[in-house]
Amino acid sequence: MVADKIRSLLGEHGLLGIDPLGIPVAAPASDDECALLLRTASSESWTVRIEGSGTWIPRDARADLALSTMRLRGIVDLSPPDMVVTVGSGTSWTELQTSLANDRMWIPLDPPGSGRSVGSVVACATAGPLRTGFGAIRDHLLGLTLVTGDGRVVRAGGRVVKNVAGYDITKLAAGSFGAFGIITSVNLRLRAVPRADATLIARGTRDHLLDAARGILSSGYTPGALELFSPAAVAGTEWTLAVRLLGSHEAVAAERSAVGAAARMQFSSLEPSDAADFWRDTLARTTAAPSTLRLGALPSSLDEALDSIAHHLDESCDDWIAANVHAGVVRWSGDAGVNRIRLLRNVAAHSEMPLTIERGPWSVRSELGHFGAFRDGAVRLVYALRNSFDPSRTLAIPLGRES
Amino acid sequence: MIPPEVLAALKAAVGPQWVKDARAELDTYATDGLPTHRSLPGAAVIPGRKDELLQVIRILHHHRIPAVARGAGTGLSGGALASGDAVLVVLTRLNRILKIDAENRRAVVEPGVVNTRLSAAAEPFGLHYAPDPSSQPACTIGGNVAENAGGPHCLKYGVTTNHILALDVVLPDGELLSLGSPSGEPWGPDLVGLFVGSEGTFGIATEITVKLTPTPTAIRTLLADFTLLRSAGQAVTSIIAAGFVPAALEILDHNTIAAVEASIYRAGYPTDAGAVLLVELDGMDELAVEAEASQVEDLLESAGARSIQLASDPAKREKLWHGRKKAFGAMGRLGSDLVVQDAVVPRSKLPDVLDQIGEIGERYSISLCNVFHAGDGNLHPNIAFDQTDPDLAERVRRASTDIVRLCIEAGGTITGEHGVGTDKMHYMPLVYDADTLGAMNRIRHVFDPLELANPGKVLPVHSCRG
Repeated sequence: MVADKIRSLLGEHGLLGIDPLGIPVAAPASDDECALLLRTASSESWTVRIEGSGTWIPRDARADLALSTMRLRGIVDLSPPDMVVTVGSGTSWTELQTSLANDRMWIPLDPPGSGRSVGSVVACATAGPLRTGFGAIRDHLLGLTLVTGDGRVVRAGGRVVKNVAGYDITKLAAGSFGAFGIITSVNLRLRAVPRADATLIARGTRDHLLDAARGILSSGYTPGALELFSPAAVAGTEWTLAVRLLGSHEAVAAERSAVGAAARMQFSSLEPSDAADFWRDTLARTTAAPSTLRLGALPSSLDEALDSIAHHLDESCDDWIAANVHAGVVRWSGDAGVNRIRLLRNVAAHSEMPLTIERGPWSVRSELGHFGAFRDGAVRLVYALRNSFDPSRTLAIPLGRES
Repeated sequence: MIPPEVLAALKAAVGPQWVKDARAELDTYATDGLPTHRSLPGAAVIPGRKDELLQVIRILHHHRIPAVARGAGTGLSGGALASGDAVLVVLTRLNRILKIDAENRRAVVEPGVVNTRLSAAAEPFGLHYAPDPSSQPACTIGGNVAENAGGPHCLKYGVTTNHILALDVVLPDGELLSLGSPSGEPWGPDLVGLFVGSEGTFGIATEITVKLTPTPTAIRTLLADFTLLRSAGQAVTSIIAAGFVPAALEILDHNTIAAVEASIYRAGYPTDAGAVLLVELDGMDELAVEAEASQVEDLLESAGARSIQLASDPAKREKLWHGRKKAFGAMGRLGSDLVVQDAVVPRSKLPDVLDQIGEIGERYSISLCNVFHAGDGNLHPNIAFDQTDPDLAERVRRASTDIVRLCIEAGGTITGEHGVGTDKMHYMPLVYDADTLGAMNRIRHVFDPLELANPGKVLPVHSCRG
């Protein structure tokens, strides 16, 4: 019945098929088609699952309809002199970066995973090691188009690098996992590809490397990336501190010697092609296990955060872990049941450390919600905001503890 | 008029000397930094502690009286003005720096802390608070949060929203909430990002956790002058396309140079130039920044710079910056009133848009000065005039609207850092459609269902759908 309705709304091409769970998959090709689908879903009381490329959050949510962004694909508008791109949310992140590289530009953001769509990176607010030098996804976004749960098209922000006109719906949507609506396109700020790009690696114990990283930061230098990886993350036997220096040849040369002196340890330098492989492979390994969590901690509390993860989730010390020492973010990937994750989340919340479930099977997401440890008070606001965008609860996005 | 029993309750909460309701006292609060808008509040109340602020908001909510938050009153959008039925809540006494956490590069402050005071407190640790609006010796961090303030150095370091990690806020009904965490990771959707720039319409930030940034140890400032404004704009595009991320890229046009050089703020800028371009490069290493400065110098020459001055020591750099920083003051001499615009255009459109702004000035026979953050495409075409001349005032109004429309048609927006307030509210339907404005209005009602927080600002309610 749902499938017939999709055909009548979008034509035969709008229905991709029926997925293994028996859910019809629709693929709107425009904002208007997306809005039409959501208005219909809202009035018919269907629930809708949002899906991108399926490489990050699995296509396993229970719903009446799956809405794929795969036909919202491609660069809509690229302006090299302004260094701004508008891109459909179904576009592959890697393909976008490859295409920008032709114009010697990039988005200095390296989200973990592989084969992800732009919409997935934005909706999950996934930043990788480059967050140290360049910020999170929120710092690169200039605007986006959001089709709300009740089928309205909201065009937030713009295509200019400074904009304070009205409320920042762009920031609300980025990292909300689609709870307010489907992101159909985004406007991103670009940078020129740095002329020099060097990667330095040191191996050792976790605590020793963490101290070294703090030494680098206290010298006043902020590298492009300063990331501590677990042995499993680098497919090795020791913890690894990876430093990425970006900028002019002179600046990178100066930072290279300053970093070694401040860390008081020897780094080995990777050849450019080895460096590219190292970052790509390490970040791709995030999805080898079913769940990924993101824990926010002050840089000075990273030991506590890492200890908590080891204690609650990674007793055998063989999970994928990355700690961003400057931003104070620890990411863990592994296989853990609902109860263990819930326990860790409660412990972390007592230490002022928010835990976000970035990806995981539906059994974990639906039980715990992506956030779930809201502060008192804020939970009411979040649900009131969601109600204003998606009053019929059309979108099947589990945020967490209901008010 | 504020009812006597409300004034009595406010006086009991904060002490009678901190509630102003006499006409002469309220005159101080009738304008912000923009002289063209004026409104006398019903009363002004100046709490000295967080618990007093909470009491004030609860009293006002109980009596359904609108509250308008105000910092130092340096805003440029008419955003911190209150009408006679509203109470201005002045936050300048909540001015304590609660924590400087150098190890984690963070600070926690009350909203009334003055921007430069925070940087001064962080200086012994080699850190500073990066957003630097021109009013930074006077403006407050709370005001910066409300407006999402920018500044010349935001080109490299980002605007206020990129530096705010967590907020304690009091909602218009008096509820106290914590948003965000000290790490910057949110507990749910990004409510900190939503709150920053909401112009006091969602509530008042009572404690603000900010990022501190290492202070660059090597700085070079270049001042290039050009025959044509257009060439200065093209120089900006070529510097950024070459991969440089200058700390600042600022342009002053011929009229601004003339105003500065004719004022007590004389900076020695060449008065026959079509424009001067200020470029600042910074970093942690002298040799690296020196090398970048020399490469930028080459780019400036190829773009047609007539002369280039390069300064590395603080006194000389300050001299090059002096005219830029005092440009608004110098313009104040040109007329009793000043329209300050804040539109943003895509950087590549700068040369064309600037030419067309010049044509608009000629068409309406008004004197326009352009001083702006060129790297961001954030324009400040300013018009000095005399409001008592009705014909001139009408021409200025029409020219302003034409400039805003021009910038929007070029793909830009109406405000880059000053905020909408009352001044630009009527332009909002030019940039956002009814559904987008409607979504904003619904968000506002989540925070403030009774419309008691800075009512009548930001959103033109008749243009909001649903």
